[in-house]
Amino acid sequence: MNYKELFSESIGTLLLNKMRTGLAMLGIVIGIGSVIALLSIGEASTKSITAQIQALGANILTVSPGAQRSGLVRGAQGGGTTLTYDDAKALSSDKTLTALKTVLPVYNARSQVVYQDANTNTQIYGVTPEYLGARNIKVATGGNFSENDLNANTNVAIIGPTVLTDLWGESATATGAIGQMIRIGALNFNVIGVTEVKGGSGMSNQDDMIYIPLTTAQKKLYGVKYLSSIIVETTGESVMTQAMNQIGYTLLERHHIKDTTKADFQIRNQQDMLNTVSSVTGTLTSLLSGVAAISLLVGGIGIMNIMLVTVTERTREIGLRKALGAKDKLIITQFLMEAVILTFVGGLIGIVVGIILAYIYATSTSGLFVVSLSAVFLAFAVSTIIGIIFGWYPARKAASLQPIEALRYE
Amino acid sequence: MKTKGEKSIIEIKNICKVYKVGEVETIALDKVSFSIAKGEYVAIMGPSGSGKSTLMHILGGLDQPTTGIYKLDGQNVEAMTGDELAEIRNKKIGFVFQAYNLLARTSSLKNVMLPMRYGDVPVTECKERAIKYLTLVGLQDRIYHLTNQLSGGQQQRVAIARALSMNPAMILADEPTGNIASAQAEEIMDIFAKLNKEGHTIVMITHESDIAEHAKRIITIRDGRLISDKRSGK
Repeated sequence: MNYKELFSESIGTLLLNKMRTGLAMLGIVIGIGSVIALLSIGEASTKSITAQIQALGANILTVSPGAQRSGLVRGAQGGGTTLTYDDAKALSSDKTLTALKTVLPVYNARSQVVYQDANTNTQIYGVTPEYLGARNIKVATGGNFSENDLNANTNVAIIGPTVLTDLWGESATATGAIGQMIRIGALNFNVIGVTEVKGGSGMSNQDDMIYIPLTTAQKKLYGVKYLSSIIVETTGESVMTQAMNQIGYTLLERHHIKDTTKADFQIRNQQDMLNTVSSVTGTLTSLLSGVAAISLLVGGIGIMNIMLVTVTERTREIGLRKALGAKDKLIITQFLMEAVILTFVGGLIGIVVGIILAYIYATSTSGLFVVSLSAVFLAFAVSTIIGIIFGWYPARKAASLQPIEALRYE
Repeated sequence: MKTKGEKSIIEIKNICKVYKVGEVETIALDKVSFSIAKGEYVAIMGPSGSGKSTLMHILGGLDQPTTGIYKLDGQNVEAMTGDELAEIRNKKIGFVFQAYNLLARTSSLKNVMLPMRYGDVPVTECKERAIKYLTLVGLQDRIYHLTNQLSGGQQQRVAIARALSMNPAMILADEPTGNIASAQAEEIMDIFAKLNKEGHTIVMITHESDIAEHAKRIITIRDGRLISDKRSGK
């Protein structure tokens, strides 16, 4: 008897009891489905975050407040209040800091934004006039604010196209929004510009932002004296280390800190941030894989349970097959094949379900849709291996039945 | 006893079978010896508990004797391993069980093909032979019927076709008419008679004397011992 015949016989047997077959498969479907969905979503968010970091440019340094790593404990990022506008001014005005090209102080926070009866919640960026140009963000309609707006703390805002459609509706035109008043938090702002569509996704979608003068944000809107970060553009990639040193020593001196390990800020380049992201997503992925592995284990035990019931139920049939000349190996192969078909088909359905879930997640969050190919291959391998492992014991049990005992069985 | 030119299919010598349940030993067969020649039609009779089922299991290679020698078609069976026995059952013995023991919800054709597929007969030949034997037992218009669509007598005829399919050294029938209405039982007996006339060796286990009468030789067992071995004049 060849494998093809055993295969079609196994399929026939499984189809005889569709309900049971379906339920046995369900455990594997859920297990594999969640692995595929979680790994795909994880891979997609890693990709989009990586793309955003790379979009910053290789010659960009980010100075953020907060404690340096002290022992095993690291202070929360962005939680610090140690960077000030004066620090940024000191960096940009010092002509001896030759490696620095542009210094961009930023204060950002989320706020509720209202226009008439429409409202949205978005990122408010308090920046200097150079910011948009330096970050390659073009104002498509209207114009940028000026140094005077910065000095006078005026209430002017440049909005992203997503904010425009959120507040004015899908059919809104940028020109219609110019000169209108929107309310950010408790203050009214005059819309003076709309940025061009850049696309993007995730937490820092560049289209879903509002830019206002830094001083207005700090003094009037949020009432803070510190910055979220200082973004520094260097004169080139070759001077990154030099630039980090220049920024570091200037700020240490200004903050009166002598011991570099006790610095109250961090300077990071693109590579540092990529490393952070990959270590975070790596941890998340291994956690999720652990959870998925547990659900697969449960699914596998379900398969084993069903196969054991099947063996008991088909004792007479097994006895007959042995009486007619089926050897132990053939009986094992038959039952093992049934188990593997269950898990393999379950895995197949699980892969489809997982991909659909990942797709639904991607479209509902307007994020990236990525199918993790490695996860798909892993799923195929794992579901087959589960079938073999959890099918082995029942198959062994079937083969070891004595033909007379099995024929007598009622 | 073996006569000249007559080939023994079955030769058993001093077969004993002892079951041990805890401390208690039950002797199911006590030094049974006989031989059956090719082409014989033998009924093994005995009341329930006489040991005839145990004898049938040993003859069928489904169980091993505790002591004694069993030669089937020239091969010593008593010391074979599980897989060797499986091969013997497949090639040398055609089983007909009381409860038919067909695969449920499977066609007659597939049921008859099963032992041939276990014996690695090529599929096309399997199919030809299965149709031939189903025709022989009068089921040519039930080839693709599923087992649950057949009557008891028809199911038993499928089982006989299956038993014939590997062209075995003997057909071993265990109470073949036990579950069948008497009219259909006669049909089954007619088929056995016809097969025997064609040269098949048939060994039938039964407790009904009217069924045993169909055979040409009746071996009677009681309390694990052979008590009579008669040949009828037929």
